[in-house]
Amino acid sequence: MNLWGIRNWEAVQPLLVQHLYLSVVPTLIGVVVAIPIGLLLRDRRRARTVAVVLSSAIFTIPSLALFVVLPLLLGTRVLDPINVVVALTLYTVALSVRTTFEALDAVPAATREAATAVGYSSWRRATAVDLPLAIPVLTAGTRVVAVTNVSMVSVGAVIGIGGLGQLFTTGYQRDFPEQILTGLVLILLVAIVFDRIIALVGRAFTPWIRGASLRASERRLRALAQALPEVGRLREVVSGAR
Amino acid sequence: MLADLAAYLGDGTNWAGSTGILNRLVEHVGYSALALLVGAVIAVPLGLAIGHTGRGEGIIVGLANTMRALPSLGLMTFLVLLMSSTLIPPITALVALAVPPLLAGVYAGIANVDRSVVDAARAMGMTEWQILLRVELPNALPLIVGGLRGATLQVVATATIAAFVNLGGLGRYIFDGLALYDYTRVLLGALLVTALALVLDGLLALVVKLVQPGTGRMTVRDTGLQAAIDDRAPAAPTA
Repeated sequence: MNLWGIRNWEAVQPLLVQHLYLSVVPTLIGVVVAIPIGLLLRDRRRARTVAVVLSSAIFTIPSLALFVVLPLLLGTRVLDPINVVVALTLYTVALSVRTTFEALDAVPAATREAATAVGYSSWRRATAVDLPLAIPVLTAGTRVVAVTNVSMVSVGAVIGIGGLGQLFTTGYQRDFPEQILTGLVLILLVAIVFDRIIALVGRAFTPWIRGASLRASERRLRALAQALPEVGRLREVVSGAR
Repeated sequence: MLADLAAYLGDGTNWAGSTGILNRLVEHVGYSALALLVGAVIAVPLGLAIGHTGRGEGIIVGLANTMRALPSLGLMTFLVLLMSSTLIPPITALVALAVPPLLAGVYAGIANVDRSVVDAARAMGMTEWQILLRVELPNALPLIVGGLRGATLQVVATATIAAFVNLGGLGRYIFDGLALYDYTRVLLGALLVTALALVLDGLLALVVKLVQPGTGRMTVRDTGLQAAIDDRAPAAPTA
């Protein structure tokens, strides 16, 4: 094995570390910020609509545009990694607030009413009933946003702060495809590992799901829905338009 | 900074010519349209086939997951070095980005059609082709356009990066501005791309409403474009 990435591990390793930092930190902050927002706004119709519209608007901003405009808004330097962290955190919050709404909506109404009937306060119901039951949908949404973040960090390379994405820019400038390929493979690997870790954490927090046996057709449908949040969202768009 | 930007926009000479704003806008829309067209040629027949037969869903799931993780910048630069062509590699990378949402939209649209409607059409003696083209396709249109909307958003945003591999488009302002430390130009590029994405997204949201089948057809609700914008829900953040 005489791969470029192995021969030059000393150069690749710091980029890998930066890539992990730039993708993991925004994902964690974003999800932690989004869940309380989702819990607070889910039953307030108007505020919820505003949150959904706002998050859609944030998505529409191309990441490169956000990376270069943020220094102006934050007063940071153009080459400050904080710009990438803030941009990706914004995208994560926007996506996760919507996911939190969907996850909480998936909790059966009867279960919530039962909790109220046996005397749970709204705060205890939110933390002890709503949140645990929302974990499967939350996990699925977080996996999507995490993988997207891992891929999107590399765009930052064109402004000099993109972790492994820098292998693309320097590989391109040096006319050296193997360097670019190394970056592509490593980013895919990071995405897969990150995705698996979140899936495992989600399973660890929902021990009651493991015992339940799903019918094969149901399992297939769930796999499809988890892999393709687009489809779920598309349905939502159409039902909203009707 | 904003005054500089206003002055730049106010100067007519910055709009005309081969490096003017109008031409950059046309280039940007051109790359995006070409990629979406090629993407549709691939995704629509495949999505129709998978949706109609119900076989091959695994392809869609696998493709969507892989493409989400694959960085466009890497794909673009890699292909440029391999192909030594200026146009084909960036367009290929954009096509790769456009196919998954288009495919998901077409597939979901067809698979979402009420089974009893399809069965009724079959019972009346329609052939499979007639069912596909006259029953399933019209009913699937809103979701198909929804998929197109998601794909458009991603492609328009990512076409900005094409300027990194020496193509034109609105990304030119960002990359040239960064190279020259001309921040006004960078800001101009960022604002133009965002505005283009917003306008196209709003228009396609309107189209989603217009293609609703049934008696409600062609009736845009009183709130009009604003409601269309309220309902929009792009698939994922865009590169």
